[in-house]
Amino acid sequence: MISQVFFDDLEHYFLAMRTITFQEISEAVRGLTMDAGTQLEPDILEALLAARDSEESPLARHVLELFITNADIASREKLPVCQDTGVAVLFVEVGQELRVEGSLEDAIQEGVQQGYEDGYLRKSVCDPITRVNTGTNTPAVVHYEIVPGDQLKISMLPKGCGSENMSGLTMLPPSAGIQGMIDFVVDQAVKAGPNPCPPIIVGVGMGGTFEKAACLAKKSLLRPLGESSHRDDIADLEKQILAEINKGGVGVQGLGGNHTALAVHIDSFPSHIASLPVAVNIQCHAHRHKEMVL
Amino acid sequence: MSLLRYRPDFFDSLLDVTLPFEDEALASLRAGDLISLTGSLYTGRDQTHRRFEALLDKGEELPIDLNGQLLYYVGPSPAKKGQVIGAAGPTTSYRMDKYTPRLLELGLSGTMGKGARSPQVREAMVKYGAIYLATFGGAGALLSKSIKEAEVVAFEDAGPEALFRFRVEQFPAVVINDSQGNDFYEMVRKAKS
Repeated sequence: MISQVFFDDLEHYFLAMRTITFQEISEAVRGLTMDAGTQLEPDILEALLAARDSEESPLARHVLELFITNADIASREKLPVCQDTGVAVLFVEVGQELRVEGSLEDAIQEGVQQGYEDGYLRKSVCDPITRVNTGTNTPAVVHYEIVPGDQLKISMLPKGCGSENMSGLTMLPPSAGIQGMIDFVVDQAVKAGPNPCPPIIVGVGMGGTFEKAACLAKKSLLRPLGESSHRDDIADLEKQILAEINKGGVGVQGLGGNHTALAVHIDSFPSHIASLPVAVNIQCHAHRHKEMVL
Repeated sequence: MSLLRYRPDFFDSLLDVTLPFEDEALASLRAGDLISLTGSLYTGRDQTHRRFEALLDKGEELPIDLNGQLLYYVGPSPAKKGQVIGAAGPTTSYRMDKYTPRLLELGLSGTMGKGARSPQVREAMVKYGAIYLATFGGAGALLSKSIKEAEVVAFEDAGPEALFRFRVEQFPAVVINDSQGNDFYEMVRKAKS
């Protein structure tokens, strides 16, 4: 039999926890969705400006200039930066001392749906078998992580699929080593050619398991552009791979120049002694992402 | 070497091309030409092509006459009140490769998207005297400014994948494949190596 003291303690425990409501979450996600679709963040704008200033090909320079103008028009007129406003991918960090009133998942999906509707963003999500559009751009793909504290951090990455389709994953034998990983990443980025809207951002997951490598690659795209890995050996690999991709001759939109990629982000995770998964997630120059903390 | 018939003042001095294509202009365009399109075009992407094929397989007529037309691979974002259209940049073209030779055979003169085409599509372009254009992926807000009218002609239920007619003015593009078999992406790669 459960004593009254237990219930009193329980009530006290929940009253002391920070509480966040369904509506607070869905409204915040709605706003995040609308902003992410129409505004490029300073990190990607600065990367495009730097690329324009150091681009050798006159044509590529003009096209980069055009992308900068495009971002400006989109932001001023609240127009989507690109008509492919993507599948909504969200990384959510839930503080373990936070209490959510109602379903967190439902609140997020509701916010995404309203954001796409109210922001005049294109609904691009369909059933994989029938190819019938769901009409709401949901379900969004949501990744959760439980973290210390009582906050809710939501990072949104509306992912266009011209670039997503050029991504890939391989299970290398460990004997392939560092060179094997470099070759796979460079090849994946170069053979994509003009398809993923270069200059691209190359997210790489090295190690872990099949699904872990893919998640690392995607999440690495959220790292601010221009920030290197905190591990010196991996930071060197990022530089080396970026240089090799940019020697590949694809250039801006496949029209040439020395900017096929703007950045390479690598995240790693220990793997099995028999295994060496490598995932490459490609992102276009219309790199939309937005974060918030509730 | 002058790989491009390129002028540094780029957007001010593109080659003017009228739509639907005139035979002479179509034949004279070359891979690497930077052009400015004015006139009317049709849009279509994955669903549009699936439906075209289903109609043709059943021996039925397409909802539009493709002769001399340019088909733009785009799924625009919805227009707000007072706007002609939302963002409207190109989608990746290879997904339409499977369907394209049959449409070129029916008289379609050009396609526009981004990214390279298959060997089959390139062969068909030479055979039927058609061209392929790329416009600027990820610049949908800016490109929408060149679209002056937009109306749904067919497949309205397909939402962003409906078949639209656009009237465009000074819509910028690059000739990737000309009717002589040249491919600008290949030319760029070869010039680099």
